[in-house]
Amino acid sequence: MNTENNTTLRDLKKGQKAVISGITADGEMGRRIRDMGLVPGIKVQCVGRAPLNDPVALRLMGFTLTLRNREADHINVQAMGA
Amino acid sequence: MYATNVIAIAGNPNSGKTTAFNRYTGARQHVGNYPGITVEKKEGFAHLDGIEVTLVDLPGTYSLTAYSMEEVVARRVLAEERPGAVIDVINTGVLERNLYLSVQMLELGMPLVLALNMMDEAKAAGVNVNYKRLEELTGLKCVPTVARKGDGLDDALRAAVELAKSTAGRIEPLVISYGSDIDQALNEMVPIVNSVNLLTDRYPARWIAMKFLEHDKEIIGRAERHDSATSKKLSDIADRVTAHLKATLNINPEAMIADYRYGWISSILKNGVLEGADDILERTAFSDKLDKVLTHRVLGPIILLCVLYGMYFLTIEVGDYPLGWVGSFFEWLSDTVGSALGDGALNSLITDGIIAGVGGVLGFVPLIMIMFLLIAILEDSGYMARVAYIMDRVFRLFGLHGASIMPFIIGGGIAGGCAVPGVMASRTLRSPKERLATILTVPFMTCGAKIPVFLLFVGIFFESNKPLIMFMITLGGWAAALIVARALRSTLIRGEPTPFVMELPPYRWPTFSGVVIHTWERTWQYIKKAGTVILGISILIWAAMTYPGLPDDLHHQFEEQREALAAQSGLSEEEMEEQSAVIDNDEEAASLENSFAGKLGRSIEWITAPAGFDWRTNIALIGGIAAKEVVISTLGTAYSLGSVDEESTTLSDQIKKDPHWTMANAVSLMVFTLLYSPCFVTLMVIKQETARWRWLFFSLFFDLALAYFMSVLAFQMLS
Repeated sequence: MNTENNTTLRDLKKGQKAVISGITADGEMGRRIRDMGLVPGIKVQCVGRAPLNDPVALRLMGFTLTLRNREADHINVQAMGA
Repeated sequence: MYATNVIAIAGNPNSGKTTAFNRYTGARQHVGNYPGITVEKKEGFAHLDGIEVTLVDLPGTYSLTAYSMEEVVARRVLAEERPGAVIDVINTGVLERNLYLSVQMLELGMPLVLALNMMDEAKAAGVNVNYKRLEELTGLKCVPTVARKGDGLDDALRAAVELAKSTAGRIEPLVISYGSDIDQALNEMVPIVNSVNLLTDRYPARWIAMKFLEHDKEIIGRAERHDSATSKKLSDIADRVTAHLKATLNINPEAMIADYRYGWISSILKNGVLEGADDILERTAFSDKLDKVLTHRVLGPIILLCVLYGMYFLTIEVGDYPLGWVGSFFEWLSDTVGSALGDGALNSLITDGIIAGVGGVLGFVPLIMIMFLLIAILEDSGYMARVAYIMDRVFRLFGLHGASIMPFIIGGGIAGGCAVPGVMASRTLRSPKERLATILTVPFMTCGAKIPVFLLFVGIFFESNKPLIMFMITLGGWAAALIVARALRSTLIRGEPTPFVMELPPYRWPTFSGVVIHTWERTWQYIKKAGTVILGISILIWAAMTYPGLPDDLHHQFEEQREALAAQSGLSEEEMEEQSAVIDNDEEAASLENSFAGKLGRSIEWITAPAGFDWRTNIALIGGIAAKEVVISTLGTAYSLGSVDEESTTLSDQIKKDPHWTMANAVSLMVFTLLYSPCFVTLMVIKQETARWRWLFFSLFFDLALAYFMSVLAFQMLS
């Protein structure tokens, strides 16, 4: 995989899959993100966005999660193609 | 502190934990609140092989960090009440994430039984869990269950009871590696913790050390109060490790510990526990199809509006029937008791004070039951999470949360709701700041009790534009709520938005017993709490509007009028009755004017004059704090009309004739009614839901000040 695929969760398109490469949030937000299973190495897929484009819905480890774009900004991912 | 016969039930939200608890205990459960906070405390009894076991239902959490009140509570119950064992209810389809909580309970040294719940769903989705292998690798007893049907629950409870007997209170915390840097730091810190027994009566030493590395405010705070010198030493080590990890790996210890926990879980799952789960991304097909429609860009919001309207309709409109029955019952009771007691102060106290007051509280019960029933269905089915998902972007602008829409709608966002169930509906919000801002602004909505006031005055002064003006008033309520919420979130309830990260659970059919139990326990809590205090306040308000009564000479005057009437000849019976009613009403008005409330109304006339209110309006508004329904009827009494309602033409005629009433007064009164202090029942519910008296007083006084300011503004501009 080349470095061009390195992006944040915010930029994932609907249906696109990716692997989490790092979490850049600290404190309460970081804790919450990790508690919900968003940790490096986990495969995620963007399954949709709310009508106003925010929040975003993700699929990982067999469940669906939603988070706001401002939280998605703190999650670095490596996209796995469209 | 340690109790063998107590078994705790823990687990993630949406894992079927509550279903399991309900299955175990049936109706034998008790719901309360943990002191000072609004997290529900549920306990119940189960019978197993002839012995009674106490079950504690922990709040559903994803973790045991101090992220939310629920997590703090779950942690405290585990560590301080020390249940004999814990049944950890796991959504087997999401085994990996669910085990994250299990690991943390093991770190705390809890004896654990894993209930691998929703085994059927997981199998259907192609997830095969080899639970025997999981037992081997973790040393924990694992029981496959389907809580909905009751499968495996007895086995899980039996295993937990046996585990409680065999461990008998011994604590054996799980020790796993968190990487060499953190392991070393822990090894350095544990002896320091042990040297002064820092909180070790309740928590394992290594766990305490770990909380310092995780910068856990709650535990560090308690440690500091216990022994500040030792805490300082531990914090120094934690800071050193943090700086080192930041410099070398650009990661903080907390993240590192979480990564290693997940690593430990994943190494177990990969070791022959989880099969056929490679393509975990492709599961939950049914929910995905529903979501394509229900969260669709265009259809989603339309369906949402329909659901909200339906909910409002069922709560308020359909709830109106049982509301009427309860009302009629209390009227009947009042009449029966009243005629049995004969005239006098006792009669007035019991009928106008106690029965009217208690009836006022219980009158809301049908509404609240229907609302909670519908909310339970929406929550259990998984739709509520979608509501928050769809609406979040809009409500975030005002410092609120997507889920705030529900309380607003029920509270009167569509004219005619009720703030009491509205405030209570805020329980669906998990974010404390957003929830508080919602609770404090719901009462600005146009609740059903304010509507008669609007109808009366709109009917008199805006006859040609009735629907438009009524609609504008409803919008006014929304504007006030959202603007005040925004203001609160930048001042008193300031702070970053609570992270939104939230699960969208798969859609499921709610279970009948779950919905019924949920509805009943919430309703009962309302009856208990609101009932007691409101009763006292109703009596107080009744006394203020009744005493000291007419002075003797005035009373005498009315008696003389009656005698004169009786002595008059040549009047038909009808005319007699009419005239005697006039005298009765005049006496009632005079008595009200002379009561404490009346005197108060007069004495604050100089304050309310800039808003255009005379003493009659003042009394009506004071009475309205007890219940907004009272505003119109008190105004009627003050105008000597006996009992009136908004349809009574006499009151509107009276107001039309009275030169005091202009459009400006009317608008000012409507603005005031919309915004001023919530009624007492709502105030009590605010106290109950926020667990703080200060928010009750805030609502009482802030809303009053805001209403006063706005109505003075309106009156001065229009007159």
